[in-house]
Amino acid sequence: MIKIHVDMDKCQHYGQCCFEADDVFALDDDGKLVYQEEASDDRLADIESAVDVCPMQAITITSA
Amino acid sequence: MTQVVIVGAGLGGLRVAESLRAAGYTEHIVVVGDEEHLPYNRPPLSKEALAGGVQVEDLLFRRKDSINDVEWRLGSGVVASDLAARTVTLADGSSIPFDGLVVASGIRPRILPIPGPTQGRHFLRTADDASTLRAQIGPDTNVVIMGAGFIGCEVAATARKLGANVHIVALDAEPMIRPLGAELGAAMRRRHEAQGVQFHLGRTVAEFLGTDAVTGVRLDDGTVIDASVIVEAVGSVTNTEWLVGNDLDLSDGVLVDSAMVVQGTEVPMVAVGDVARHPNALFGGPERRIEHWNIPTETGKRAGAALAALLSGEEPDPSDFTAMPSFWSDQYDYKIQSFGMPGIATSQVVAVGPVDEPCIVEYHDETGLVGVIGIDRTSDLAPYRKQLAQRLA
Repeated sequence: MIKIHVDMDKCQHYGQCCFEADDVFALDDDGKLVYQEEASDDRLADIESAVDVCPMQAITITSA
Repeated sequence: MTQVVIVGAGLGGLRVAESLRAAGYTEHIVVVGDEEHLPYNRPPLSKEALAGGVQVEDLLFRRKDSINDVEWRLGSGVVASDLAARTVTLADGSSIPFDGLVVASGIRPRILPIPGPTQGRHFLRTADDASTLRAQIGPDTNVVIMGAGFIGCEVAATARKLGANVHIVALDAEPMIRPLGAELGAAMRRRHEAQGVQFHLGRTVAEFLGTDAVTGVRLDDGTVIDASVIVEAVGSVTNTEWLVGNDLDLSDGVLVDSAMVVQGTEVPMVAVGDVARHPNALFGGPERRIEHWNIPTETGKRAGAALAALLSGEEPDPSDFTAMPSFWSDQYDYKIQSFGMPGIATSQVVAVGPVDEPCIVEYHDETGLVGVIGIDRTSDLAPYRKQLAQRLA
C-alpha cells in the first residue's frame, strides 16, 4: 500500500499530477485538488511520476 | 568500473541520475554544478523567494534514495571537455574522466552590451540572484525591468506586491507575445497596468545613467526613467561553451535524437532540459529547445535510460519522444497555464472569453490544434490536453 500526502499549503492546484495518475488525483469543479490518501503498490510508477511533475513539489509518498 | 559525469546540478541533472539508477546503472555517478547548492526548484525565485521568507533550503528537490551514493561536486562548473580523451575540466583546474557524459548545463540570462554603470544591474536565474535582488526591492523602490517575458512579468508582479514602482521596457509589442500571442498578451498587459505597472513597449534601454551606481535609464526614444534597481530579463543563452572543439552541432543548444542521445559523436552522451534541441513527434517540425519546467524531467527520464543502454552496449529505445510541453505562470492572483506549443501557431481562437476575464485561447496551425492557454481556467483545460496528446494517433 502506498500512502499519499499533499501539502495543501504548497499546492497551487496546477493539476499536473492528475495527468499522471487520474485515479488518485483530480481537480474538483472549483479547480481545487482532491486526492486519494492510499493506493495499491501497482500504481507506484504513475504516482512517482505525479510526485516528480508537481511544480510546487507538494506531494510525498511513503509505503505502508 | 565505469563512471558517468553529469554536467549541471539542476533539475535535469537530478532526473538523469535517478533514471540511470532506475534503468539499472549501478556504477559511479558524479554530478558537477557551478552553484554551491544541490538541485532546487527555480520557478519560485521570481515569486515566493523574491517576495521574501523562502530560502534555498526550502526549494531543494527531494532526492530519491536510489541516488544516495551519487557524488556531488558543487561550486566549480565544467569549463572544457575533450570527448576523444573522455575528460571534462572544471573551473578549479581539476579534470574528471568519464565513460558516459550528460549535458545538463542549461541556460543563463542574456547580457546586452549597454553603456553605463553596472552596480544596480540584476539578473534572476539562481537562488543567490533572488536573495540579492530581494534585499534591493522595497516600498517605493524605482525598478526598471528589461524584457516582458514570463520572468520579467513575474518579477513585475512580485515587485508591485512589495510596493515598488515598476516600469517594464521591452522591444516586443505586448508582454509574453511569443507564447501568448498579441490578444492574450494585451489582456495580460491590461491586468498589469491595473496593478500599476508602466509599460514602455517597442523600446530598448540605450544607456544606464549614473556614475558608480545606476540612477536611471535612458530609452532609445530619449525617455529617462529614474531607477535604482534594474532587472535584466531579455532572454537566455545556452551553456555550451565547454563543449566547443569537439565538432558537435552547437548552433542552438545540443542536437539530440528522440532518445536524447547527442548527435555527431560516438561517445556515449546524452543531453537534457533547456539545452537539449530535441524532436517531438506530437508536433513534428524541426528539433527545438523548450525552456519549460517539465522538459528536464521528461527528457531526463528518457536520457538516463538511453545512457544506461549505451554503456551496456545496447541500443537505446528508438520510440518517438512525445512529451507534452507545459508551462504555467503566476502573476498577482492570475494563473496562466499552457499545454502544447502555442508559439508555433498560425492562428488563434478565443474559446472561452472575454480575455479580460478567466478565459481559454486555442492555438492552431494547418495541422489543427497545437496549443491551449487558460487564465484561471486550469480545471477546464484537461480536454484540450487530451486532444493535443492524441495528435500523433
